[in-house]
Amino acid sequence: MELLKVEQIEKYYGNKSSLTKAIDDISFKVDKGEFVAIMGASGSGKTTLLNCISTIDRVTAGHIYLENEDVTKLKGKALNRFRREKLGFVFQDFNLLDTLTAYENIALALSIQKKKSDEIDSEVRKVAEQLGITEVLEKYPYQMSGGQKQRVASARAIVTNPSIILADEPTGALDSKSSKMLMERLTYLNKEQDATIMMVTHDSFSASYAGRVIFIKDGKIYHELSRGDGNRKGFFDKIIDVITLLGGDANDAL
Amino acid sequence: MMLFKIPLRNIKRSLRDYAIYFFTLILGVSIFYVFNAIGGQAAMMKVSSSRNDIVKLMMTTISGVSVFVASILAALIVYASRFLMKRRSREFALYMLLGMSKGKISAILLIETVVIGIGSLVAGLFAGIGLSQLMSALVANLFEADMTAYKFSVSGKAIGMTIVYFTVMYAIVMLSNSGSVTKMKLIDLIQSGKKSEKIRLRNPIVCVVIFTVAVLGLGYAYYQVAFNYENLNTEKIGICIALGVTATFMIFLSVAGLLLRVIMRMKKVYHRGLNSFTFRQISSKVSTMVFSMSAICLMLFVTICSLTTAFSVRNSLNSNLKTLCPVDAQIVFEIKEEDRGISEIYKNNGYEVTDGFKDYVHFQAYADESFTLAESLGEQLDVLKKNYAFIDYETSETIVKISDYNNLLKLFGKEPLTLSDDEYIVLCDYNGMKQIRDLALDKGSEITVFGKKLHSKYDKCKDGFICIGAQHLNAGVYVVPDNAVSPDAANMDIFTGNYNAESKEEKQNVEQSQRERIDTITAYLNGKYNEDEIMLMFETKLDIYDAAIGLGAILAFLGLYIGIVFLVACGAILALKELSESVDSIPKYDTLRKIGTDEKDISSSLFRQTGIFFLLPLILAIIHSVFGMKFAMKVMEIFGTEGMGRSIALTSVILLMVYGGYFIVTYINSKWIIRGKSISSE
Repeated sequence: MELLKVEQIEKYYGNKSSLTKAIDDISFKVDKGEFVAIMGASGSGKTTLLNCISTIDRVTAGHIYLENEDVTKLKGKALNRFRREKLGFVFQDFNLLDTLTAYENIALALSIQKKKSDEIDSEVRKVAEQLGITEVLEKYPYQMSGGQKQRVASARAIVTNPSIILADEPTGALDSKSSKMLMERLTYLNKEQDATIMMVTHDSFSASYAGRVIFIKDGKIYHELSRGDGNRKGFFDKIIDVITLLGGDANDAL
Repeated sequence: MMLFKIPLRNIKRSLRDYAIYFFTLILGVSIFYVFNAIGGQAAMMKVSSSRNDIVKLMMTTISGVSVFVASILAALIVYASRFLMKRRSREFALYMLLGMSKGKISAILLIETVVIGIGSLVAGLFAGIGLSQLMSALVANLFEADMTAYKFSVSGKAIGMTIVYFTVMYAIVMLSNSGSVTKMKLIDLIQSGKKSEKIRLRNPIVCVVIFTVAVLGLGYAYYQVAFNYENLNTEKIGICIALGVTATFMIFLSVAGLLLRVIMRMKKVYHRGLNSFTFRQISSKVSTMVFSMSAICLMLFVTICSLTTAFSVRNSLNSNLKTLCPVDAQIVFEIKEEDRGISEIYKNNGYEVTDGFKDYVHFQAYADESFTLAESLGEQLDVLKKNYAFIDYETSETIVKISDYNNLLKLFGKEPLTLSDDEYIVLCDYNGMKQIRDLALDKGSEITVFGKKLHSKYDKCKDGFICIGAQHLNAGVYVVPDNAVSPDAANMDIFTGNYNAESKEEKQNVEQSQRERIDTITAYLNGKYNEDEIMLMFETKLDIYDAAIGLGAILAFLGLYIGIVFLVACGAILALKELSESVDSIPKYDTLRKIGTDEKDISSSLFRQTGIFFLLPLILAIIHSVFGMKFAMKVMEIFGTEGMGRSIALTSVILLMVYGGYFIVTYINSKWIIRGKSISSE
């Protein structure tokens, strides 16, 4: 079932004298239950793409449909409701509120939806178990490791049961062990909970957990890879091959 | 050239951070000018000559108080500028990384301070000159002066004084700034923004213990000053103040943790909307500035008390005058050996005492040596000893004849009293004394004067007095039937009358000649007796009015001055802290927006945060004030404390204007700071 449809979107920055095309005519679709990674070098436009889908930024032209609703047309209150009900965010730098405990950070996503407090409690505990963070629930962000923080952020993203989870370089600030653990958890959410995930990354290892990888170069789709039934290791090798093809300017994309 | 460009651009760019600083400076300068310029303005109005002395006295007091006010403002300005310096550590780090010397950085700061200083001085003086015109209306009202001769005026002296004081203050700021520049370390500057905030939630049991101890301490202090003031002495008052200060500090130390715990228990409230975020923000703010919060609370307390007390004393002074001073003049003479009456003494000096008076009453008061204060109070003497240890209870009570008193009442324009042959009436309007006397009357009202037994007509004291004055000071006078006194027991001769004059000028002329006569009489008596033993008093309505109005005006004025400066200081500290907190919290609000929080919810969370932050010290200050004022009113009892409601209303208006003004500016500014930039919401 088609969940997300991106249709010929463009995003320009700057003025007439110096125009930058961050996104130059990109179209693709994501089905429900898919785990899609978007890869590209710095400046390729992948984060801009994610920001446009997540309504944090606006497109210059084109349309984005989520569950057949054109998100580029949303404004004000409807936009905020869309964000809190349909989207779940995971950011590179976690974006947890440092004055709140892990529990409260996760609960906040529900309480701004005006959920009842007993309902909130059971939801938070359930999702915490899925992400293996039950023991850090009462801790503050500064008392947690980077990996724990990112799993808390993921829990906050998933707890509202969103249509799609958008992750922006979720492993960017994590060491390899934490990265692996986080990706395994996201895969679990994708496989067992049927969560749709779209992740921007330049880390091939993280991308290899996805079912499909879209490569972006200079604001355009350069290539697309599907994992099919193959194992992760084989998929990882294929990704490396594409990145080698992408050229010298993508050397950092390892 | 570069050296000038950077500071100017800095100010422009960080106008947001500097807005409150600048606002406070302008307010400080203008208040300083206004209060120092008042002298010139009072002189502009037709204030009567003796009142002019009081204006002069007020000016001296104000210049004295100005030194105190200046030191408070200086402390505030240094605090604010240090605060802003800290906010800019990254900027300084960049300069240092680029290889700028500390000397150069100091120079940049110096130029900034000079620019801001000159800007705020000029703006503040203009604001002050405008404000002072408004203020003069208030002054005219305080002095009951006539505004017809009023002109727009600018006080050069006050401008000079303001410039000198503020130049000194800015010099201190510069020294403090360059001092902190030399102490800067690059590594600290670079890391300053990155340190993640540690949330220290104090142990709940410790919080409860601290809070309970504080409440008990406050309760004790409140009880002592408000309900047990009879037993207060300087030492105990000192203990109560120390206790109050410590308890205030302890309350702010524990209240954030305690309240948060309580609210966290109420899961339904805590997890509703942004509540958890809001309460956490407040608690972290309060617990990081326990000391400032306590200081602010205490300053607010002083402000509320001084404003309200000053206003109500001033009000009652003015309203008392009309009832307590119904005639133009009164001469009271304590009878001495062969000089048994005012008339004779005047005659001996070639005067007629009734000259210059239109209508008058001349009578004598009596004393029975065996009928003392101790005697009349009976068992209640112990209460007197406890409350008014300074009163000599072995003095005889003052006794007047009913016919004399009725004549006096007639002169005062009041209804006469009637008395049977075996009755008496006690006149008393001094509250504390009245209570004791009423108790004594309850216990038994029979007295013996000059061998005659009398009982009280009323079961309470009657309001009244025989000597005019500005306050309720009559501690007790016995009115008895005419035949109950023995004529040779007279000990005071009292002459009361209205001048034979209509207009104020005429009255002043009559009074002038009366005063000359009194001077002659005093010289005559001084030649005859030991100076200390003579009691000859000449009280006049004009004198009493001038003194009372002057006193009231000075009190109200000083109350206003100190009160407003304290309020500005409180508002500024809270505003600066709140604004810098908002700047630090921008990422938090961005996160909230990203997870889809409504703009309305964010605004209301910010409003609650700012509101509770401003309210917390105010609430405790108001509780302090309720009890503090009870005590202040007791101390100020003789002035009368009528019109409390009006004073409280006036104080609230001033509080609302200054403190509330800071709150609104802070809220609007914070909202502006945290408004979404990176995220589209339209």
